[in-house]
Amino acid sequence: MPQGAPVLELHGITKSFGGVEALRGVDFALRAGEIHGLVGENGAGKSTLMKIIAGTHADFSGRFMLDGCETRFRSSRDAIGAGIAMVHQELSVAPDLSVAENVFLGTQPIGRLGLVQWRRMTREAGEQLARLGVDIDPRQRMGDLPIGLQQLVEITRVLFSGARIVILDEPTSALSPPEVERLFGVLRRLRQEGRSMVFISHFIDDILRVSDVVTVFRNGRKVAEMPAASTDKGQLIHAMIGRGGGELEESYTHDIVLPRPTAEPPVLRVARLALGRSLRDVSLDVRPGEVLGVYGFMGSGQLDLARVLFGKLKPERGELAVGGRTVRLRSTASARRAGIAYVPESRRSMLFHQEPIYKNVSISILDRISSVLLRPSRERAIAQRQVQQLQIRPPRVELDLGMLSGGNQQKVGLAKWLTYPPKVLILCEPTRGMDVGAKTDVANIIRELRSRGLAIIVLSTEPETVLSLADRIVVLKRGMVVREFVDETVSKDRLLQVA
Amino acid sequence: MKRTAADEAAADGAAADGAPTQPNWAGALLRAQMRNLAPFLTLIFLVVFFAIASPSFATFDNVGNILTQVSVTGIIAVGLTFVILCAEIDLSIASVANVTGIAVAYFTLQESYVNIANVPLPGWAAILLSLALCAFLGLVNAVGLTVIGIPSFIMTLAMMQIAAGISALLVRGQIAYKVPELVSTLGSASVAGIPWIVIVAAVMLLGGHIVLTYTRFGRYVYMVGGNREAAEYSGLNVKLILGSVMVIAAVCAGIGGMLGVAHFGSAQQNEFDTYLLDSIAAVVVGGTSLFGGRGGIGNTIVGLFVLGVLNNGLDHVDIDSFLKILIRGLILLAALIINVYAQRLRATAPE
Repeated sequence: MPQGAPVLELHGITKSFGGVEALRGVDFALRAGEIHGLVGENGAGKSTLMKIIAGTHADFSGRFMLDGCETRFRSSRDAIGAGIAMVHQELSVAPDLSVAENVFLGTQPIGRLGLVQWRRMTREAGEQLARLGVDIDPRQRMGDLPIGLQQLVEITRVLFSGARIVILDEPTSALSPPEVERLFGVLRRLRQEGRSMVFISHFIDDILRVSDVVTVFRNGRKVAEMPAASTDKGQLIHAMIGRGGGELEESYTHDIVLPRPTAEPPVLRVARLALGRSLRDVSLDVRPGEVLGVYGFMGSGQLDLARVLFGKLKPERGELAVGGRTVRLRSTASARRAGIAYVPESRRSMLFHQEPIYKNVSISILDRISSVLLRPSRERAIAQRQVQQLQIRPPRVELDLGMLSGGNQQKVGLAKWLTYPPKVLILCEPTRGMDVGAKTDVANIIRELRSRGLAIIVLSTEPETVLSLADRIVVLKRGMVVREFVDETVSKDRLLQVA
Repeated sequence: MKRTAADEAAADGAAADGAPTQPNWAGALLRAQMRNLAPFLTLIFLVVFFAIASPSFATFDNVGNILTQVSVTGIIAVGLTFVILCAEIDLSIASVANVTGIAVAYFTLQESYVNIANVPLPGWAAILLSLALCAFLGLVNAVGLTVIGIPSFIMTLAMMQIAAGISALLVRGQIAYKVPELVSTLGSASVAGIPWIVIVAAVMLLGGHIVLTYTRFGRYVYMVGGNREAAEYSGLNVKLILGSVMVIAAVCAGIGGMLGVAHFGSAQQNEFDTYLLDSIAAVVVGGTSLFGGRGGIGNTIVGLFVLGVLNNGLDHVDIDSFLKILIRGLILLAALIINVYAQRLRATAPE
């Protein structure tokens, strides 16, 4: 446990976005030679605090002390100048450049003639990497390295550019266990050198293994700070989601009883799906009249799983059967023909904002409601019916989709599959970013579809979404199914425990 | 931030729950129509300008001239409209037109003084073979674009060279004159005072319009162009649609090439070079978005007349003939600026 004076100290930090407080009076201290773990649910305020530290958010109230002196960063440039760097979950590497060039990104050594000194660059990059115990040829192309090594190169880069405080955002989500070990080795070595690190992660086991101190955020407040050695996973999850006390009207801390599955044969069955790093040996099935929830953190492979199920990505291995018949999905069109429907997580990638509502509703069923020639009056009638059923406002099918609010757009995204219900409906983050009313509407639609015998798969990174909708829950972690909850009681605690 | 996003959504909901307010509507309508209005106003301006500047411009005969002059471009531009609506481009259309025109002559018996080792066939066979040739070249474009994944800009650039190469091999620097009876009639004869080529162009433009507006395929073209990702997530066969428009473009170009050869009276290398720029210009000047999803044959017709009136009108006024090229370039640039500007207006429209 490092002692020493804090290099970074924040007092009473408050930050709001348009009247919503993201951080409320948060204190935070980081010592030299410390690895500081940060946990909390999505939206708890972790990222906001880190963006304040990294200079991205300059507008906040509270005191910001660096090396005992009060400071104020105006931009991330200021923060980098002061030796604070952030390594994001989405790496910012140049895959087509060499490792050495990536280490020196933007700071290539230049000789007298204004030319890049390649030899010096390669040599120094090699030295830097070796110092961290990373054995890579600096002349290799960045994109050829596995993600884990690319990440280490990026860490090397920010250290090389003079960072003494490194903020790591979800650094382990895409790594295999040996890669996580190697990363932790590097972090421990840096700790010995006296550098400080903030480690943000959903993977509480990882946090506990490498951190000295763990801070827990909930609803914009710091709710706990404790030495990693004297806490455990259960205690941290407990602090993260907070029991009782009128927190939220439905926080799903209580147990939910999952129903016993029906005896009907599954309508969709996938076996041993594998795709690169994102899916390793995933098997699952879903029955008619059932909602299967797939829960996992960002980067756990759900997104790719959904895309494989809709024929957008081709799996390297594995089998997919619809209604007992093995199918090979060559395209999204063949998935649609096989009776699979897909509502992606982003409205932009499923809707046509410049087209009227009725064209958005009819696009996926045009081949069933018209032959060569279109039948616009029929399209409008069908759209009108869906708009009424789903209570889309304003209920005018000629209106451009872009004129609708987000929640109503989302309903249009569902509406386009409902006239001729598919066998399997895949929903990615169906209620993300919605207000309570729209969430309830969508939940009701999903229950109605289930009662009509559809097999529904809901994929989400929010435990609440899965818990409120699913009859059966599968937990994905690093591309693998780690647990299936069926015919038993489950709670948010339990989900987070296994994920 | 989860919470702020939810808040925004709630705020949006409140705003859009009632019917949208009227002024917003009018503004949005005007923005949407800007793309169609600007080319039309340009056309009217040019017509008025040349009518005043030259007494010989606004005559019945000259209207006929303009119609005939834009016909070949018009036929080629029909297919190109499909391609550009899908947010792709076809740079090989002029070369494909050229090679198809040369092919139809190659398969026709030439006069003895024409020094080409050609393969004379019956007229119908020559026409069918030539159509098959351009369709095949379009298919190669389609495969390159959709199966291999070469961007259409590069793929069709290669095809431009390939088609030019086939042309060169067929005629070997010579000139052929004879084409099948049907082709020479449609290309150079008239019926009731109206040139057949104008009728063919009108029929093809009308056909293109019907396909784009009233058929399922046409709707797919607009949807793929409007948001390719959403089209794919709606379960459309995006690759099939993109491939189809490449073939349509090549066949339209081929028909334009055959009739063009008959119209010009000869088939030779590099005969259609100016038609690439002219047809792209016609489509884009007319207001069809280079970013896909907006525009149509109506726009292409306006664009054709803007170019046709400009080319023809400049011949009627006393102007340095070398300056004409520059003026055409500037008009094209202005159209592109409007195109991008209209796109931006659309992007900033409320969503």
